Amino acid sequence: MKLIEQFEAGLFFWQAIILVLMLVLLRKFAWKPIMNAIQDREEGIENALKAAEKAKSEMQNITADNKKILKEAKLEREAILKEANALKSSTIEEAKEEAKAEASKIIEQAKQAIEQEKQAAISEIKKQVADLSIEIASKLVKENLSSDKKQLELVDTLLSDIDLKK
Amino acid sequence: MAKTAFSKIVFIVLFVSLPLLGFAYSGEVKDAVQHEQADELTSKQKIKKFIEHHLKDSHDFNFITEKTGEDSHGEAQYKHYGFSLPIILWDNGVKVFMSSKFHHGETLAELNGAFYKLYHGIIYKTDAQGTISYDDHDHPTNDRPLDMSITKNVTMMLFTLALMFVLFGGLARGYKKGPIPTGAGRVLEPLVLYVRDEIAIPNIGKKKYKRFMPFLLSVFFFIWILNLLGLTPLGVNVTGNIAITACLALFTFLVTQFSGNKAYWKHIFWMPDVPVLMKIALIPVELLGILTKPFALMIRLYANISAGHIVVMSLLALIYSFKSWVAGPSFFFLTFFISIIEILVAFLQAFIFTMLSSLFIGSAVADHDDH
Repeated sequence: MKLIEQFEAGLFFWQAIILVLMLVLLRKFAWKPIMNAIQDREEGIENALKAAEKAKSEMQNITADNKKILKEAKLEREAILKEANALKSSTIEEAKEEAKAEASKIIEQAKQAIEQEKQAAISEIKKQVADLSIEIASKLVKENLSSDKKQLELVDTLLSDIDLKK
Repeated sequence: MAKTAFSKIVFIVLFVSLPLLGFAYSGEVKDAVQHEQADELTSKQKIKKFIEHHLKDSHDFNFITEKTGEDSHGEAQYKHYGFSLPIILWDNGVKVFMSSKFHHGETLAELNGAFYKLYHGIIYKTDAQGTISYDDHDHPTNDRPLDMSITKNVTMMLFTLALMFVLFGGLARGYKKGPIPTGAGRVLEPLVLYVRDEIAIPNIGKKKYKRFMPFLLSVFFFIWILNLLGLTPLGVNVTGNIAITACLALFTFLVTQFSGNKAYWKHIFWMPDVPVLMKIALIPVELLGILTKPFALMIRLYANISAGHIVVMSLLALIYSFKSWVAGPSFFFLTFFISIIEILVAFLQAFIFTMLSSLFIGSAVADHDDH
């Protein structure tokens, strides 16, 4: 049987119609929605994977940042502590200096005051001694003015006894 | 996961269809041997005739024919189990009637004064007595009306269309519920992905494959389902019919030519980078190439599927030729083995047809940047 004799035009005709029908119908109701759904899903998976990767790297960045921040904070704390320490010691030092200066000033003043008091006291004593001497002298004069010689001797003795020490 | 689902399907198809396959074929072959007993034909010729009859299209859907007895003239009487199909003829206007009018070729169909006879599966216009005149080569010379009948093969194609619509329409609807298909979609989706990832994308390219997916998917599943149906006891041979494969190949041809870009046509009519004389010499060669590609598609599918049917039926027929207790079981198991191979061939041929179609389309839409 020859191959060309087997060719049935009617069958060919129906096959063509069915194939066209199939392409139109299945394209609209099956292939397009299926391919779109599969593609959407694949894109979704890809995006999700990308997002996960991004989140991971972000997480790593954050961790690194955290570490950095922590380190910086530590350094800052140390610096602050150091500064505070320096401030403390300098303050103490300053206070000491000030106190010393104040003390020496007070001492100086006290010395001056003492000196003045001493001077005042000496002059007072001198005055009193002079007064006393005059009193003594007048007494002696009153008593021993009999003899001039005696009077002079007495005066000398008295005067030598008085030691005008500071 | 997809692999297991696929092998499951294959096993189900295998174990459901194979025992029935043997049964149905054996029934048909037995009938054929008895059918022709009145004629003086050798058993070999009878089997050949029967196989030829099986490979051809039919105007009614017959499952089994049973010999019920003989009439008064000694002619065998048969009972046919099946259903009749509509006959559509173009003979000075459309004429529609059911094939039951022919009584399996035993009677003439009379329509508005015109008589038609079903003779060896072909409808001829005859006189009221149903006379068939022959030429020197024993071919009928009667007029043939244009036969547009819904034959057995057309019925099977419509069934396949409906089946694909239900299966893949269902899969498409399934995506509305969620991104992962359920039920039958779990098996179908990997197959769709297989066509996309193993056939379309490698041959056409990631940028352009989308446009051709509906065609490739349709052709792939159409051929595959019909190949598998051909292995069932329905006894149909759709993809092993030259008109069917010619139509499929024609569609590939048309899709290829209509999607061909500038570079494609330039390579046919004015091949770049060769001398002018060579360019002219290459035009007929290239033009012939356009035609031989789909022609090869047509012959390959037709020959492979027909050959498969012939081998399976011949092996079964050997049981009736030898009629021995040794030959029976051994040929049955040989047929069983070949049938399993045929299931593989059913897939393989669908794959090859789609693969080569996408290869041709791919060459028509390629950018030819490498030249």
